[in-house]
Amino acid sequence: MKLPRIVITGVGLTAPNGNSLSEFRENLLKGVAGIERIDVRYMGQLLAGVCHYDPLKYQKKKEVRVGTRAGSISIYCAREALADSAVNFDAFPKDRIGIYIGCTEHGNVETENEIYNISKFNYDTKFWSHYHNPRTVANNPAGETSLNLGITGPAYTIGAACAAGNMGLIHAAQMLRLGEVDFALCGGVSESIHTFGIFAGFKSQNALANHEDPKKASRPFDKGRNGIVISEGGCLYTLERLEDAQARGAKIYAEIAGYCVNSDASDYVLPNPERQAQCVRRAIVNAGMTPRDIHIVNTHATATPLGDVQECQAIGSVFVDCPETYINNTKSFIGHAMGAAGALELAGNLPSFDDLTVHPTINVDDLDPQCALPGLVLNQPVKAKRVDAILNNSFGMLGINSTLIVKRFVA
Amino acid sequence: MTKDQVKQAVIDIISDIAPDEDLSNLKPDVRLRDQLQLDSMDFLDIVMELRKRHGIEVPEADYMQLATLDSSAEYLTPKFNALAKK
Repeated sequence: MKLPRIVITGVGLTAPNGNSLSEFRENLLKGVAGIERIDVRYMGQLLAGVCHYDPLKYQKKKEVRVGTRAGSISIYCAREALADSAVNFDAFPKDRIGIYIGCTEHGNVETENEIYNISKFNYDTKFWSHYHNPRTVANNPAGETSLNLGITGPAYTIGAACAAGNMGLIHAAQMLRLGEVDFALCGGVSESIHTFGIFAGFKSQNALANHEDPKKASRPFDKGRNGIVISEGGCLYTLERLEDAQARGAKIYAEIAGYCVNSDASDYVLPNPERQAQCVRRAIVNAGMTPRDIHIVNTHATATPLGDVQECQAIGSVFVDCPETYINNTKSFIGHAMGAAGALELAGNLPSFDDLTVHPTINVDDLDPQCALPGLVLNQPVKAKRVDAILNNSFGMLGINSTLIVKRFVA
Repeated sequence: MTKDQVKQAVIDIISDIAPDEDLSNLKPDVRLRDQLQLDSMDFLDIVMELRKRHGIEVPEADYMQLATLDSSAEYLTPKFNALAKK
């Protein structure tokens, strides 16, 4: 059975180092990171990636007050993506649009805020907000987006830990191929820097990065790496069936080539390189490609001592004798944007189809020999002979792995 | 507190829960919902803020007393003054 071809026609994002694809890409090529110190409740000053978009660009003050940060990020990204796609949104049947947003977690921020609030009232629950439930339901970011835009098609989130950003795109592609919707807003978002619990959890796990210079704190593959920098962010794409995109003369960024999602079934938090390699291989087969056809591999690596080595083992076992395959990492610039990571990191690499430039992984002063993969792009961008396919890894806790491959669009 | 002071206390709360609204020309005898974009959740916010900021409880059966600024002042002024005496 020949499945409909699915293409990316718009991108909207906010990252710690940029509020549009052009700004984000420019900073990735210039080596500009976006990590700063923030005050985390109960914990003091910690490193984080913070987005500095204007929430009031697309929301009223009351919407910002009543809604969540994840909802606000989603609305910003969705509106930016729609504008970028140049679709005639007003005329488009709103019940034929799907919203599929990946999240690592949702509800921690709002629950912590309410507990903190009632702590000021001797823990009397009559001071608990009536907004708690609509703020904490798992579909909140997608639901707020549907409210803001008047979209009446399916709108929900996909919980897949830090593999979720890729999952938003994969699920949207599946729904478009099934004919469930005619247009999709999809990707991932994260508001996790507003919950102390995520920071405290990683700290208890000895997996929270620290560095005197915030911009050098996220350092995958470097010997001196010491953990994750947590970030907020979001990236939503517009996806369409190729024939629909062509019929309206849409700009096409790339075509969804293939993907795979699998599970380690081996540990709550420890990665499993064998399953990761299997995920990557199956995605390549699903795309009808061989490893040599992949020209950029965006790694998931989060700068934990063990995780980086294990992903390098997985990638190294797949990309053997692939002289035209470059490997990079985006978290070195923006930290780990959790549910947004996969979607943001793919976006950072998309312009490579046009400029044939591969952004580097920065902050590698002393490369860990166990991470010294051939083709690793260190500290400075490189020019590639060709960029026809990008492979994007996103892995998450409880052993969920997602690999997404996009390819240069050729009619 | 005077009724005018109570009205101002209610307006102060509304300015926080409906920050996009122009509150400069509110008619005291017209239903707030007919002048402002307020929904049932916003009214729960008014009740919550009266509880948090002023220690005043408004039972559900009395919510209709908050329909206008005038009726709010009529209903809430004795409550404010009773609290002040404690």
